[in-house]
Amino acid sequence: MSALLSLSHVGKDYPLTKRGPFQPRRTLRAVDDVSLEVAKGETLGLVGESGCGKSSLARLIMQLEAPSRGSVSLDGADLAKLGKSALKRARRDFQIIFQDPYASLNPRMKARAIIAEALHNYRLGTPAEIAARVEELAQQVGLGAHLLDRFPHELSGGQCQRIGIARAIALKPRLIVADEAVSALDVSIQAQILNLIIRLQSELGLTLIFVSHDMSVIAHVADRVAVMYLGRIVELGDTETVFSRAIHPYTRTLLAAVPTPTPAARGKRSAPAGEMPSPLSPPSGCHFRTRCAHATALCADEVPALREVGGRAVACHHAEALYQPKDASEVVHV
Amino acid sequence: MSLTEAAHPAPTAALSRALNYARRNPATTICCALLLGFVLIAIFAPLLAGDPLRIDPAQRLKPPSDTAIWGRDHLGRDVYARAVYGTRVSMLVGFSVAVLVTILGVAIGIYAGLSHIGGAVVMRLTDAMMAIPAVLLAIAFASLMNAGLLTVIIAITIPEVPRMVRLVRSVVLGVRQQLHVTAAISIGTSGLPLVWRHILPNTLGPVLVQATYACASAIIASAVLSFLGVGLSPEVPSWGGMMADARQQFRIHPVLMLYPGVLLSLLVLAVNILGDRLSDALDPRKARRSSL
Amino acid sequence: MNTVVDVENLSLEFRNGEQRVHALDQVSFSVARGETLSLVGESGCGKSVTAMAIMGLLPKASARITSGHVRMAGTDLIGLPERQLQQIRGNRIGMVFQDPMTSLNPVHTIGMQIAEAARRHRQLSHAEAMQRARRMLDLVRIPDAGNRLTAYPHELSGGQRQRVMIAMALVCDPQLLIADEPTTALDVTVQAQILELIADLKAELGMSVLLITHDLGVVASTADRMMVMYAGRIVEEGPVERIFARPSHGYTAALLRSLPGHGTGRRGTLTEIAGTVPRLDRPIAGCAYAPRCGFAEPGCSASLPPAPEVEDGHRSACIREAAVFDAMRDSPIVRSWR
Repeated sequence: MSALLSLSHVGKDYPLTKRGPFQPRRTLRAVDDVSLEVAKGETLGLVGESGCGKSSLARLIMQLEAPSRGSVSLDGADLAKLGKSALKRARRDFQIIFQDPYASLNPRMKARAIIAEALHNYRLGTPAEIAARVEELAQQVGLGAHLLDRFPHELSGGQCQRIGIARAIALKPRLIVADEAVSALDVSIQAQILNLIIRLQSELGLTLIFVSHDMSVIAHVADRVAVMYLGRIVELGDTETVFSRAIHPYTRTLLAAVPTPTPAARGKRSAPAGEMPSPLSPPSGCHFRTRCAHATALCADEVPALREVGGRAVACHHAEALYQPKDASEVVHV
Repeated sequence: MSLTEAAHPAPTAALSRALNYARRNPATTICCALLLGFVLIAIFAPLLAGDPLRIDPAQRLKPPSDTAIWGRDHLGRDVYARAVYGTRVSMLVGFSVAVLVTILGVAIGIYAGLSHIGGAVVMRLTDAMMAIPAVLLAIAFASLMNAGLLTVIIAITIPEVPRMVRLVRSVVLGVRQQLHVTAAISIGTSGLPLVWRHILPNTLGPVLVQATYACASAIIASAVLSFLGVGLSPEVPSWGGMMADARQQFRIHPVLMLYPGVLLSLLVLAVNILGDRLSDALDPRKARRSSL
Repeated sequence: MNTVVDVENLSLEFRNGEQRVHALDQVSFSVARGETLSLVGESGCGKSVTAMAIMGLLPKASARITSGHVRMAGTDLIGLPERQLQQIRGNRIGMVFQDPMTSLNPVHTIGMQIAEAARRHRQLSHAEAMQRARRMLDLVRIPDAGNRLTAYPHELSGGQRQRVMIAMALVCDPQLLIADEPTTALDVTVQAQILELIADLKAELGMSVLLITHDLGVVASTADRMMVMYAGRIVEEGPVERIFARPSHGYTAALLRSLPGHGTGRRGTLTEIAGTVPRLDRPIAGCAYAPRCGFAEPGCSASLPPAPEVEDGHRSACIREAAVFDAMRDSPIVRSWR
């Protein structure tokens, strides 16, 4: 497996404004010691609830922000060490699709100009060539050519998301980060966009990082999945393995909470106890211990490291005890 | 379909659209007409009125007559002619100040919004300038320079700029956080193209509204300066100067104050209302809703 | 009388200048005492408008009810004067919205806001109202209720804010709680908590719930009956287990098939719904979904018959319901309900 993208001990702190002149400056640790590799052509799902750091991680990968610790490297080159013009050149290789299809498009630019902008930025052809390429891209994402002369507000959410996707693939990137790319869309439109992204991925040989809070979407698209909680990865492995026999108590909680359109969901009491602690003052040791039924004193004292148990990586002190290789009752349908 | 219809479909369609718009937005239409009227008066002043400068002591304070339909002032000058020519000063000052304030304010404001340290410096400077009342500042500038229209324009522009700078900066800070700007950065847009394509167009709405307010307040400020006798020489016809002159006769001939006063109010009102409508029309999302 | 609210042939249009948008078209349903009825559909289908129409909260200037009644205990709420509507809103019908942050007033404590809701409808002293607010916070399982009374909305988490909204909606013991996408803005685990809370309160207080959602999973886990809405019309209605076991409308079938992770296999092609939602500014003859429907035949665009019963209590406005069900018979979702 050759890694296209590798994150090594990446961390991101956001300083907060002081509450008073004599108060200590507080920091929000949005991403905490995340290491992972994404192989060429694979799809990594990044899943977790709001505040878990998955979107911050997406921004770090996209070089929209600099990590406070650790490094993000693409093909072995540390992106943080690149100069301004080298970074601009490198940006061609990684692109992002955003959640909000309207907000991510400039309201004062027509679809044609939005898609063409990336090509102009890198001078990829004469104006006529760029115009032809824009039409080709529109066709590739299933956007009718007659829609190219419209403003975003004249288009539907699904159509705007297609423009966002066309813009992202215009530079022929190798890596695409889809940050909640289908979360704001209706079910039927969501299906269209998911199909489109999957099709483009195989046509263009893209590597995909799919960030979502929606377990069923992740289960559908991702080869591997990373589950995040309060800035840390708690479980990482093949989607089948993780979703069918989750080990980490948080992953289990998350999977159980998803309402499924099956009779199994009826009247089931699956809600976890308590609320997610404030990311400003996360619990010591394992962040999940305050809501975990299996927590012991060890969990408060020591941060569990990600380690290999049952064919995937888990950050839980009790992973071995929780791992039940053949227990069919743990199978969760998503 | 008849031939005439085929030959002139566009003008009729445009006309009916315009009429339709006018019917639905009477206030906007009235203000547009009013403003257009003032512009025409300013341009064609020599055709509309006689000499505003001719002094005729024998005719002083004469009531309206065929030769001077709004009567004559304390020097026997034609009030109507002075009011008509006064439009020129007001319009010229108003529009010049609006344009200058917009150019300077947008340039400095965008710089302040994008540069961390530069922004802080600019903000402190504007704080200092805004601590002094605008009119006082204008009087100070006007009295430092030679009397004349350019002096008035500069003197009014300078105190207006900080307000625009602050507005532009705050809008830029907001726009910079918008997702489409992040999206543009991620496809390699940076520097001037980023400002020109993504930031500037999305600040335009509030800027144009502020420009119309600057225009209106410049018209008032020019009247105030003339009223106080600063900036323009007293014989140049201006509404402010007319009001200053009329002050002495206010108890006997209050209409002398009324004419320039009403004209000033009408012009300022028209500019302000149009500014509001302009901001709605410039927002593509709002424009769509109103055309639905 | 076993129904709490009875909506009959409700049609509603929005006017903007010359344009008319037919937002609701002959919507009829009733909510039985103690049941959870779910209204499902995609954005713009009219599900929120239905809720607003029941509450009388639509803008008077642009929304016009062209026909129909909304009856509650024999009173028709349509055309009721605003004063009397206010007596019903919050008193006999409570409502919870999607976004708990914008629905709460940021400058007042949550105790004040709940107490205010209580005092609006009951003659209570300030102390009594605060007492009641405290009991409501206990009821919606907010820990340390006594101290939380003085908290401001921004000091609460999203889930707690939604609990406060529910407390406000329930402060006068309404017979009906209308919950408009109450968990859409929330995380899955918080969503599970709020849905459980609503189910528990429904049982404790014996009220009915009209749950508006776009999420079929939420419907399956919480509702007794469901209605599927498309282009301002109710296209299928019935007990939840019957509709999932025997989907009988082309649109319901398409919604079920477009869900990821059910029978398509990983990375398999999901069923897309072709075309776009129809424009509602002109009347639609026949089935509004026909132009996008894979089962459509020429008869579908003819005039629409009233939705017949497919089976007991299960109505569908689809003349191709047999074909739809045949095609859906082997869907894993449908099989799981049989």
